[in-house]
Amino acid sequence: MKRLRKYVLFGGLLLLWASTGMADEVSREQIKGLDEQVQDIKEDVLGISAELTQLEEKLLYPSNTQVSVFVSFDNGANFPLDSLKIKIDGQDASSHIYSYKELGALRAGGVQRLYTGNVSSGEHTLDVSMISKAAGTSAITDVGSYKFTKSVKPALIEIHLGGPGSIGFRD
Amino acid sequence: MMRRYLCLLGLCCSSLAFAADDPARARARDLYLGEAYYRAYQGDYFDAITRLDTELAQFYRLDDPKLDPLHFRVNRANFSVGDFELSYRMHQRAGRAIKAIMQSSVDPAIRNEAAYRLAHIQVETDDPRAALETIDSIKGPIPENIRSDVLFLRAQIYMLTGKFTDAIEILRDLRGDKKYDGFAGYNLGIALIQSGREQDGYEVLDKVGQIDSDDPGTLAIKDKANLLLGNRLIAAGKPALAKHFLDRVRLMGPYSNKALLSDGWANAAVGQYNRALVPWNILIKRNVTDRAVQEALLGAPYAYSKLKLHGRAAVLYGNALQQFTAELDKLDASLKSIREGKFLKALTRDELKEDKDWVVKLRELPDAPETYYLLDLMASNDFQESLQNYVDLDDLRKRMQAWNTNLDAYQDIISQRRQYYAGVLPGVDNRFRELDSRMRLRLQQRQALDDRLKNMLISPRPDFLATADERIVGQELNGIEDQYKNDHSPAGDDVRRRIKRLRGLLLFRIRTTYDRRLTLAYKHLHQLDGSVARLNEIYRSFVRNRQAATLSYEGYDDEIRQLRNRIRDAKEKVDTLMAQQGDVLNTMATDELEKRRQRLEEYQVQARFAMAESYDRATKKQMEQPPAKK
Repeated sequence: MKRLRKYVLFGGLLLLWASTGMADEVSREQIKGLDEQVQDIKEDVLGISAELTQLEEKLLYPSNTQVSVFVSFDNGANFPLDSLKIKIDGQDASSHIYSYKELGALRAGGVQRLYTGNVSSGEHTLDVSMISKAAGTSAITDVGSYKFTKSVKPALIEIHLGGPGSIGFRD
Repeated sequence: MMRRYLCLLGLCCSSLAFAADDPARARARDLYLGEAYYRAYQGDYFDAITRLDTELAQFYRLDDPKLDPLHFRVNRANFSVGDFELSYRMHQRAGRAIKAIMQSSVDPAIRNEAAYRLAHIQVETDDPRAALETIDSIKGPIPENIRSDVLFLRAQIYMLTGKFTDAIEILRDLRGDKKYDGFAGYNLGIALIQSGREQDGYEVLDKVGQIDSDDPGTLAIKDKANLLLGNRLIAAGKPALAKHFLDRVRLMGPYSNKALLSDGWANAAVGQYNRALVPWNILIKRNVTDRAVQEALLGAPYAYSKLKLHGRAAVLYGNALQQFTAELDKLDASLKSIREGKFLKALTRDELKEDKDWVVKLRELPDAPETYYLLDLMASNDFQESLQNYVDLDDLRKRMQAWNTNLDAYQDIISQRRQYYAGVLPGVDNRFRELDSRMRLRLQQRQALDDRLKNMLISPRPDFLATADERIVGQELNGIEDQYKNDHSPAGDDVRRRIKRLRGLLLFRIRTTYDRRLTLAYKHLHQLDGSVARLNEIYRSFVRNRQAATLSYEGYDDEIRQLRNRIRDAKEKVDTLMAQQGDVLNTMATDELEKRRQRLEEYQVQARFAMAESYDRATKKQMEQPPAKK
């Protein structure tokens, strides 16, 4: 029994102090070498991704017709945004239901690209419908409207939200 | 172990530093920059880097970047790319980018921030000597928001390079910093112990073990300090003292299992087996894949046997034996699943990425034996890094598959556009050519009028300002004059006189209203200029749209072909690397599980012998008892 105790106690301390030598069979050099190769391929793929992004913009959303709608929270805004729906010139353009992670990103100062599309040059109207809903309360719907002029340059419109009843626009 | 801990702490501080950057983030109103942050805050570093790389590439291509809104935040954007790359485990590229910033002619504060970040990378990539050199290069102003981070990193580097006295000095000053609540103290305790001042180190760790906080990170470090103290004291032969610290560890924290196990051994070591049973009985009800739980399954019956409760001990040894057998079966199933390649498939399940506790969740899946011991595997840094690389490679593979589909769609769009415009554009071009020549003619006429009016300012030409009616009258007079040119009769003379008078009248009228007519002509020309401007605007718009029509399908073929080739090459590399990385993971997992298996088999043998011994003693004790009176 003493032997058992000694073994278990020793095992226990080993467990507590273990710094793990798991990679004994797989050498550190092997792991490091692979890691470096993974970093290299990430760099390659990121390069392809950036070129594809530019190609996509050029092909699908040329600047003379491009319109992008972004969503941000005002500084300090912290409200339970549930969903957003936007229309351009009365036509449904995009709608989005927000996840917990996305709300966190907006609260931290991130800006969401909600929509990218094409419109002709001239005057247009953007309509926004926002639903906010806290747990155990009924949903609050707010609407906002904004007129913008599309020129030769891409139109970038920011919808900034302060909370229920507070929808602002910037372009 | 020390290095591992510091690296983990480094990661923790990295996230702290990231969080502390909030005011800068709040200022990042540039939409594209904000979009990159939006991605990064959700852990989607690939898209965040792509967005910023695209923006920075476009920014540097501008003729006058100072006019672009990104100009004011370009350093922040570069640092952010570095941060994202670091979070995406691209230390090499992040290091290169940061070195480039350091070598450029930037403000000393920015250079110092870059040096801090580079040193951070060097610590993470196990190069403390280089990190020391880099951190020592920091001189002059340091941005306020990273001042304490620089100090903490400097202390970490000093510890890694054995300069404990210097580290102690810095960490002492940092203890009051709310941002490093607990972390500075814990490191100070370790530095003191490592420098040979064990007692001082214990006192500092004791204080860390009593911190009052709601922060999960601080509470975890508090538990860690208490656990470390407890174990050090057990190892030093002071188990009675150890209990005091082990009892402070929370029952539900990440160190609770280890603390409960040690608490039991601390009590057992001073002969208080009944007290040892309290933590062990809690522990044996927990997840049996945990090493501490498995050890407690032997510890609890051992304590009962020491209390001479051999019957109870025999039952618990039997229970342990049963559980060890079941665990061995699970391990066998896990090993089998791993060899069948199911482990790697389980690690790349899409639904897991949405859950931050996915490792814990995987262990609970009844139909995935290959993942029962994943949590234990995750204790190894090497395994974590390899796993993360594998998951990243799988993500790249899926992205490239999607890109190929996208490129197919793009080519389809291009071909449809080409087909559509092939039917439409020739007619449009013909009509345009016709309108273009008419427009040019009108513009030439307008220019001729403009030139004529300008000349008339210098040398007046009233005849140019005659109205259409007046010109007709003049022509009629010329016609009549021609008619009578051979008539020398008195009637003919009379007609010529009358014609002369009428011409004089006409000329008089034009000359007396010359200024008014000239002003009116200028006014009309100005009105014409308005129409010409509108015409030019429409013309330019047409030309743009016409060019856009051609550009919507011309010039993409080479680009798409090259991208396809690059994707194909990259995909081949990713597939090869995934296979290699998968082998490494499988080997690591198999090795670890084999070790666990070996230990469980040893436990099983111990339990079997101890159970038999307990049964013997229980039977012997029963036989020694006097028979009950009838």
